[in-house]
Amino acid sequence: MSAHALILPKFDGDGGDVWRLENYVARGGYEVLKKIVAEKTPAEAIIAELKASGLRGRGGAGFPTGLKWSFMPRSFPGDKFVVCNSDEGEPGTFKDRDILRYNPHAVIEGMIIGAWVMGCTRGYNYIHGEIFEIYQRFEAALEEARAAGLLGQNILGSDFSFELFAHHGYGAYVCGEETALLESLEGKKGQPRFKPPFPASYGIYGKPTTINNTETFASVPFVLKMGGEAYLALGKPNSGGTKIFSISGHVSRPGNYELELGTPFAELLQMAGGMRAGRKLKAVIPGGSSAPVLPADIIMDCTLDFDAISKAGSMLGSGAVIVMDETTCMVRALERLSYFYHDESCGQCTPCREGSGWLYRIVHRIEHGMGREEDIDLLRSVADNIPGRTICALGDAAAGPVKSFLKHFEDEFIYHIEHKECLVPPARQEDGFLIPDYVSRPC
Amino acid sequence: MESEESQMSKSEFKPLSQEALRLIDREIAKYPAGKQQSAVMSALRIAQQEKGWLAPETIEEVANYLGMPPVAAWEVATFYNMFDLEPVGRHKITVCTNLPCMLSGSLHVAAYLKEKLGIEFDETTADGQFTLKEGECMGACGDAPVLLHNNHQMCARVSKDEIDRRLAEWRSQ
Repeated sequence: MSAHALILPKFDGDGGDVWRLENYVARGGYEVLKKIVAEKTPAEAIIAELKASGLRGRGGAGFPTGLKWSFMPRSFPGDKFVVCNSDEGEPGTFKDRDILRYNPHAVIEGMIIGAWVMGCTRGYNYIHGEIFEIYQRFEAALEEARAAGLLGQNILGSDFSFELFAHHGYGAYVCGEETALLESLEGKKGQPRFKPPFPASYGIYGKPTTINNTETFASVPFVLKMGGEAYLALGKPNSGGTKIFSISGHVSRPGNYELELGTPFAELLQMAGGMRAGRKLKAVIPGGSSAPVLPADIIMDCTLDFDAISKAGSMLGSGAVIVMDETTCMVRALERLSYFYHDESCGQCTPCREGSGWLYRIVHRIEHGMGREEDIDLLRSVADNIPGRTICALGDAAAGPVKSFLKHFEDEFIYHIEHKECLVPPARQEDGFLIPDYVSRPC
Repeated sequence: MESEESQMSKSEFKPLSQEALRLIDREIAKYPAGKQQSAVMSALRIAQQEKGWLAPETIEEVANYLGMPPVAAWEVATFYNMFDLEPVGRHKITVCTNLPCMLSGSLHVAAYLKEKLGIEFDETTADGQFTLKEGECMGACGDAPVLLHNNHQMCARVSKDEIDRRLAEWRSQ
């Protein structure tokens, strides 16, 4: 078994007070920070440890954390910021919600250590709009940390000061893109900025800023506690440590599972209780809805780490695994995703704003029996002309699923166009959209 | 006719309560001096919670309070999809229909709610109690199907029984 929970604490029932400061401290929390402050550990030593650990960004891009932190102009005079990206809205991803719900102090400790390393005076955690109750919990955790002298002026009696606040989003997927998030933090529409300049030189309010994902910050105390090499040894070379996989869709026990990177997909599927109602696996989107879909035979041979998934033609992304069984109509599934990207395009770049709409409308007409013979080439042509022509990656994310669904399931699209109906009989699909067992269980 | 309507909305317009302003001040304090515009999303959220929706006058009041141009606050209010720029029922129910929720029965949830309330998406019941909305991913796919009540209360793994229970509870509030 490769389950190795570092970040997600063990608990019964709804978790109760597992998130509270006293319980985090009882689990060894804030020991790393206390040691750093007492020993005045140099920033370079911490960065070296993070680099040795192989910790890569957990938000989707997988950028090495130690390297990112080293980009910050530490000695640059004036304010510098550290920002946590908890704007988790990529369909399939729901790990940050559970981290903030059950272990918010790990994120806070990781951010304080980040501030220490990068010389930041102020930080924000940008929390996804739809999880207001989690935002309130994080605010309560911040209050606990302030009262304990872990945040604010002269942290733990030292001359190191750092203020941290929660910022609540209000429903815009694009704000998960780091520069859109910065615009939003400044109180504007969340429209991504051109890069360069990168946030490390021009971030929030034009000041040097580093943005990391929630899980990345939460990993930092654990990496430093066990040491970079030991953390790396938990995973695979180039994919160090543990990762939280959010598994959803047609499985018996959807949820978050923290595993060592490099764990076989089959093992995760087994932990999630296998396929719902004993059905056959058809396809998996392994890294959030913008990651290319993989058919059952390919994913069943994959291990879950950055390199293996990339070699199989997809990406590990945020670790959001969407599982679809044999009753799923792939045209219908793609139609819903294409609608999402069109709906969430910020409208700034023409290829994304218009292209995502074209993609949706073409898939929509195929799904509804109005598809034309030339539509498949047209879809490919539109999807090929968005990536690389937009400011941020949302356009690529809209095009990616279209290309991969066509690559692996073109026959279903052709069948739809030729027969004006679905390859999977509609009655069977209804069956497939069966409410999981736990829903019909009394509350 | 139009001027009569705007006259009416003006006479009905009440400024934000002291409590709402106190909550907004708390948000402003999170940002560096002079950067109070950063609090605009929170301020609009607080205003919407109090008023039920964001009328142009409310958006303008928030903008003035934060010392920013009303059009800049308007841009924010129109960009983020949890802001309501038109009146909604006392209880706004947003159902996620994105792929992971769809694979776990959210279309059944939506159909059941439509049947129970006798409305479609983006409609409000005649008694002004309920508005139904179709939502995007709420970041809770492991608890699918999910719905959101008045933007702030998430209901996870909802079943028909759960919907019946919640509707009765909200109706009696």
